[in-house]
Amino acid sequence: MKQQIRDAGDVRIISLSGKITIGAGDVMLRELINESLESGHTKLLLDLGSITTIDSSGIGEMVASYTSAKNRGAELKLVNLSKKINDILQVTQLITVFDVFDNEAEAIESFG
Amino acid sequence: MWATLSLESRFESIEIAERALADLFVEVGLGGDEEYWILTAVREAIANAIRHGHYGRPEESVRVDYHIEAGRVSITVVDQGEGFDPAVIPDPRDAENLLKPCGRGIFYMRRFMDEVLFRHGAGGGTMVCMSRKLTQRPIKE
Repeated sequence: MKQQIRDAGDVRIISLSGKITIGAGDVMLRELINESLESGHTKLLLDLGSITTIDSSGIGEMVASYTSAKNRGAELKLVNLSKKINDILQVTQLITVFDVFDNEAEAIESFG
Repeated sequence: MWATLSLESRFESIEIAERALADLFVEVGLGGDEEYWILTAVREAIANAIRHGHYGRPEESVRVDYHIEAGRVSITVVDQGEGFDPAVIPDPRDAENLLKPCGRGIFYMRRFMDEVLFRHGAGGGTMVCMSRKLTQRPIKE
């Protein structure tokens, strides 16, 4: 998995590409979210537009990241989901947990 | 068409198993979404063998068999662990489990394959037998 991090105002945008899978991308995702939270960011936007595969460990890490953010008074939202990742969130019913957006501008605006 | 793999119990082996099945699909002329979901189920079965069957002991091995025959793909994953009772695996969609970071692997397998059976392996361990009818017709089997 590769990542690109940038800030749009006070929103930290973490763009990921490749695989979020057991033993590799899942660990990296955890570290990226923890580093952002540790550095005081409270508005996190995960851009999954270039993710090709996400396994149950990757989904688990996303859930753990969502919980970590919430416990620290921060928010984690998702943008640019591929159809397959959207399908995964639908079947696991995690679509009811995450705030999901089709485009970045709309997602940034939602943080208020 | 078939393939048999004996893999080291490391997460890197999942990529080898995925590549081998993807190559088999290319050989028989299959691909697309169907391939993607079958590979997802395979990844989960092998990840479970490594993480829960062998608790990360790389000296153990995971055996994987693929068969594509009569319009159906059948996959067997065997570990050398202590086994488990699949009946006690909770539904990750239940409200009390929804925010748990783990416990979705078997759900993925059951969701993306037509049949998933858990048996005791001949030499101990767990044998996961999964199959799915292919909607695309293979050009050869």
